[in-house]
Amino acid sequence: MNRHILSVLVEDQSGVLARVSSLFSRRGYNIDSLSVGRTENPGISRMTIVVRGDDHILEQIIKQVKKLINVIKVVRLEPECSVFRELALIKVRTDLTTRASVIEVVDIFRANIVDVAKDSLTVEMTGDEDKIEAFVNLMESYGVIEIVRTGLTAIQRGHQALHEQENMEEV
Amino acid sequence: MRLSGADILVECLIEQGVDAIFGFPGGAVLNIYDSLYKYKDEIKHYLTSHEQGAAHAADGYARASGKVGVCLATSGPGATNLVTGIATAFMDSIPLVAITGNVALNLLGKDSFQEVDIAGITMPITKHNFVVRKVEELAGIVRKAFHIAKQGRPGPVLIDIPKDITVQECEYERESINPPKNNNYIIKDEDIAQAVAFIHHAEKPMIYAGGGVIAAEAAAELYELAVKTNSPVTLSLMGMGAFPATHELYTGMVGMHGTKASNLAVTQCDLLLAVGARFSDRVISKLDRFAPKAKIIQIDIDEAEVNKNIRVAHHIIGDVKEVLHKINQGIQPKDRSRWLRYVMELKGQNGREGNGDELTPEYILEQISELTGGEALICTEVGQHQIWTAQHYKFTKPRSLITSGGLGTMGFGLGAAIGASIACPGKRVFNIAGDGSFRMNLNELATAVEYKLPIIVVIMNNHALGMVRQWQSMFYDKRYSQTTLDRKTDFVKLAEAFGAVGYNLTAKKEVAPVLKEALALNRTVVINCEIDREHKVWPMVPPGAALEDVIVGESDLIRN
Repeated sequence: MNRHILSVLVEDQSGVLARVSSLFSRRGYNIDSLSVGRTENPGISRMTIVVRGDDHILEQIIKQVKKLINVIKVVRLEPECSVFRELALIKVRTDLTTRASVIEVVDIFRANIVDVAKDSLTVEMTGDEDKIEAFVNLMESYGVIEIVRTGLTAIQRGHQALHEQENMEEV
Repeated sequence: MRLSGADILVECLIEQGVDAIFGFPGGAVLNIYDSLYKYKDEIKHYLTSHEQGAAHAADGYARASGKVGVCLATSGPGATNLVTGIATAFMDSIPLVAITGNVALNLLGKDSFQEVDIAGITMPITKHNFVVRKVEELAGIVRKAFHIAKQGRPGPVLIDIPKDITVQECEYERESINPPKNNNYIIKDEDIAQAVAFIHHAEKPMIYAGGGVIAAEAAAELYELAVKTNSPVTLSLMGMGAFPATHELYTGMVGMHGTKASNLAVTQCDLLLAVGARFSDRVISKLDRFAPKAKIIQIDIDEAEVNKNIRVAHHIIGDVKEVLHKINQGIQPKDRSRWLRYVMELKGQNGREGNGDELTPEYILEQISELTGGEALICTEVGQHQIWTAQHYKFTKPRSLITSGGLGTMGFGLGAAIGASIACPGKRVFNIAGDGSFRMNLNELATAVEYKLPIIVVIMNNHALGMVRQWQSMFYDKRYSQTTLDRKTDFVKLAEAFGAVGYNLTAKKEVAPVLKEALALNRTVVINCEIDREHKVWPMVPPGAALEDVIVGESDLIRN
């Protein structure tokens, strides 16, 4: 079961998220994460979907998603030609004795502290999933109170925009 | 000109050339019905007994005519009653526009009276659906809905219109509509050449065609391909009529209830040309033993059908008619007489055990086929009678079998027959039914009688839910759980009560005279045919078995 990242341009209309997500659940495709937001073009949103499946399933997913009327374009992002980021907010239990060492780790990871309370710190960090996982693992020993993650978002390297690409990538 | 939303809707239907619409009124569509009253000389509304009947009628209309079928229902239960009909059309790729009313915009999302999120409900069973939120968007949405329903692989589209939209006014200009063309698919010359080369090298080619040939109006091109390549032709249930059943190259249906000839030929062929067919599980049966010796070429308009259920060696995406036309131009003559002899010999091996004087469904269907010269429109419900119809009526033309293939909707046939009869006024329309499925939606007899539709309903009455019973007989040790239908319904009296004509058929010798009389009446007729409960559908490939392990009859079953 390989992990694949799809970038999907969609018309920004009500129900489009439901159409895409219900297609995945109906056909039994596994989604790791899905993030969506507006783009540089008014009326067009972009989804980044992380899916699991072999090449056969991936081929089906892309073809089925492409059939949705509100979907403009589907492209599979190659890891080596793309930049991936995720944002996480992590609330860590701290006291006077541990706070300094948590801050030290936060600095090493180039993360930010966005909230400080008597017995907790909230850390904002951006990175690929491995980086976030690594940070969370280190925080486990202090006590992680809660984590919220946006899911992966991604963009291709280079000057070209997704909507300018002539041909969709053949799988 | 400035019009209300309801008037704009009806104007847009007229723009599209819609002459018939099937529906049932209600609170949320009062304004639309008021407009239909106003425009009644231009567009005829047919009132069914139930919204499900309206959906099936619109579907039958579309299948018979090739045009987009239109149905209309009110909000809430009216809308949900369309759901089975929409799903039926979706599974069989039938162009349909379903229009539902909904509560006013300010009441949406508040669990208002007769409110239901029909757009949400129908999301997985429509190609697309719309909720109209501004009257200014309405005309554009209706035009887009018709375009989507017809374009590419056809399918149903739903438009949900809140009640206040039907009252509000805006400017409307009539537009002339050009039907969508499917010429935006790039068919590469090298792909055609590759297919032609595969065909040329094949010693044992076989064509497997489906409903896509009918949707693409490509029967003539399919015929040319078969004759030029000397390939036997098998059809899926949805493909019936795409190739004449009377032709010597035709081997019958393929799959679970396919003929021995088709199922063995598919197993033995070295090239399988799948044309507008989607390798349904009812066709391929055991995946790894389906066409094991063959290279498979798939021609379809829907890219997503390629490599979905089976891996293919080569595929061409595009309008099936255009692709076949291009392939046909490249075909070189080749002698395949040995292969054809082998297949023709198999064709003789589908004989059922002699049935003497017994009234059998096969005999009834052969008689209908003969008396109508294969010119009738045949609708069916779902079950044993449906398969007998596909096997024993000689379909020679596209759009002559109207049946729920994908969803398998019992209760489909009568509504569909109503739509088909309205679409083709000169045609004789039959609804071949079982007693179980007929009872599901027999309320539409009232509709058929009201509109004086000369539909002949033939009930293959075995007092059982025959297909399920057959499975119980074969795989559940004859534990007939809830499949015996010893109901006291008198179908002749029932027909008469609805204002139709009823007949009872109990003997073989009565078949032709009763059918002739029924045909001469030109009225809605119900013929109740008493058939043997033990009579099964043969051949049959048991679930999970390979096509070549087809059981051709009872004696074969005992041998195994």
